[in-house]
Amino acid sequence: MSRYIVIRILQAFLALIGITVLVFILVRASGDPTHLIITPTSTPEEIANLKKQLGLDKSYPEQFVVFVSGLVRGEFGDSIIKRKPAAEMIKEALPNTIKLGLPAFFIAMALALGLGVLAAARRDSIYDAGVKLIAVLGQALPGFWVAIMAMLLFSVRLRLLPVAGAGTLKHYVLPVGTMVFFLLPGMMRLVRSSMLDVLDAEYIRLARIKGLSEAKIIWKHALRNALIGPLTTAGMIFASLITGAVITEIIFNWPGMGRLLVEAVTARDFPVVQAITMLVAAMDLGMNIVVDIAYAFVDPQIRHQKS
Amino acid sequence: MMRVQITKRTANVRPRKKSRPRHIHVLKNLTFYLPLLVLTLLVFTAVFADVLAPHDPVAVSMQERLLPPAFMEGGTKKYLLGTDQLGRDILSRMIYGSRISLSVSLAVIAITASVGTVMGIVAGYLGGATEALLMRITDISMAFPPMLLALLLAVVFGPGFWTVVLALSILGWAPYARLIRGETLKLRYTDFVAQARINGASSLRIMVKHIFPNIVNSLIVVITMAVGMLILAEAALSFLGVGVPPPAPSWGYMVNEGRSVIDRAWWISAFPGIVIGLVVLSGNFLGDWLRDKLDPRLRQL
Repeated sequence: MSRYIVIRILQAFLALIGITVLVFILVRASGDPTHLIITPTSTPEEIANLKKQLGLDKSYPEQFVVFVSGLVRGEFGDSIIKRKPAAEMIKEALPNTIKLGLPAFFIAMALALGLGVLAAARRDSIYDAGVKLIAVLGQALPGFWVAIMAMLLFSVRLRLLPVAGAGTLKHYVLPVGTMVFFLLPGMMRLVRSSMLDVLDAEYIRLARIKGLSEAKIIWKHALRNALIGPLTTAGMIFASLITGAVITEIIFNWPGMGRLLVEAVTARDFPVVQAITMLVAAMDLGMNIVVDIAYAFVDPQIRHQKS
Repeated sequence: MMRVQITKRTANVRPRKKSRPRHIHVLKNLTFYLPLLVLTLLVFTAVFADVLAPHDPVAVSMQERLLPPAFMEGGTKKYLLGTDQLGRDILSRMIYGSRISLSVSLAVIAITASVGTVMGIVAGYLGGATEALLMRITDISMAFPPMLLALLLAVVFGPGFWTVVLALSILGWAPYARLIRGETLKLRYTDFVAQARINGASSLRIMVKHIFPNIVNSLIVVITMAVGMLILAEAALSFLGVGVPPPAPSWGYMVNEGRSVIDRAWWISAFPGIVIGLVVLSGNFLGDWLRDKLDPRLRQL
């Protein structure tokens, strides 16, 4: 067990080093960042000074050491556009994204569980058809388009909700709804299919023979086991959270990480892009480790495998 | 995973009547013919865009901006689906936009499917350290959020056709590799592969001549299922301004352009989004249909 965990953590650490090197190379490959700051009137001395200030006069290996030691201390460099530490900008933006992401995650999870179980328990019923329809449409319609259409309907036409921005509780409805739209179809499909597999199992038949109530069979016996499968897809859920956050924040002008990232990309503000990429990659890896370990606790087959 | 259930329908199987009328056959397979029709139309539109489009997709006409579609009050027959902020014809832009969606998707599929297939077969057939290394790379790239990488690449190389293709390809090969490896593992110990080995065939020859032909079905299914996802991803990148740059009329970018005038001109955003949805839906349905016909074992995908 502990051997398994150590191996997983080592692997994640290797992956993190890989991503660090990749980010370092990609950012340097994008060209000299001083070109973004200098004006036509800058003298060669000013340019040289700027390079020194940004640490670009050193060799690549030296720059890499500076880069990594900065990462370890939580320093990602200063934003080229805003001239303040990238870490500070992230600190301001991250809570706003969490405020959207957490409610969206829990709402999507509750809906996915309820609807997924309902569809599996009443297979081929009208409920199942409805759930399938939601899943099919959810995976085909572009989330950004659905969000804009919702904005058109609820904010512009019916005037029920504010168009964009952050502030009151009403400001949360459309952005959170959009994030749920990104998360729900995949999660719901997973719950449904893994529930169907479990309901086919021998021990569920045994429970039926024992005469347990259908509700008890589904919610107590089947659901527990059905949840193990979707647990492993944490990576997928995390990826759709990121995608959802980026698109939602752009559409609703929400001052979070996604908007910060897209603004930094458009302005080629590479220290900020670099900082967000590293942070998200680290969070992603961390989450995968937690899930792997949780999974190993639940499933003895993994705990005892030789790896 | 497939299990035959004894139901009323399977219990008393009667021999099927000789031949059913053609229209019944078409109706029963509507989830095949309808998506096929939509996708054929898409290819046709993309190929003959310059003949089909009534206007130049980038021609600006400031006097005729924000015109509503022809069926609304104030619309003209000249611009069937209306015009945008610069007076450009929405219909023509959508027709030309099909070229971008289709060419990006095809390029990405060509790259990811070939890389993934080679890696999957090599990993599955050779095994050992090669397999371990390749599969670890696969795991890592499947865990990385694709949106993040696409944005990172856009800042590095600047937006453009090949940046989009690269961004979607860099992570996109991993699912192919994983699937193909699984298929190869099953074939590795079959009699015909053992026979080939006894006959002295090289590893390369076995992989190309004996294993590859047997995984083509799975490959076709996965490729078809990827079409919808890729069109959606390309649209999302364009929407964020890191797709094929304007003035090229990409569907995702058109939806974004309509955002600022959504209170006055809903048609700019609405129509391209509907087309994206329709095409993705068709791709997904066709993929499901092919999977059930060619390779029902992949049902869980």
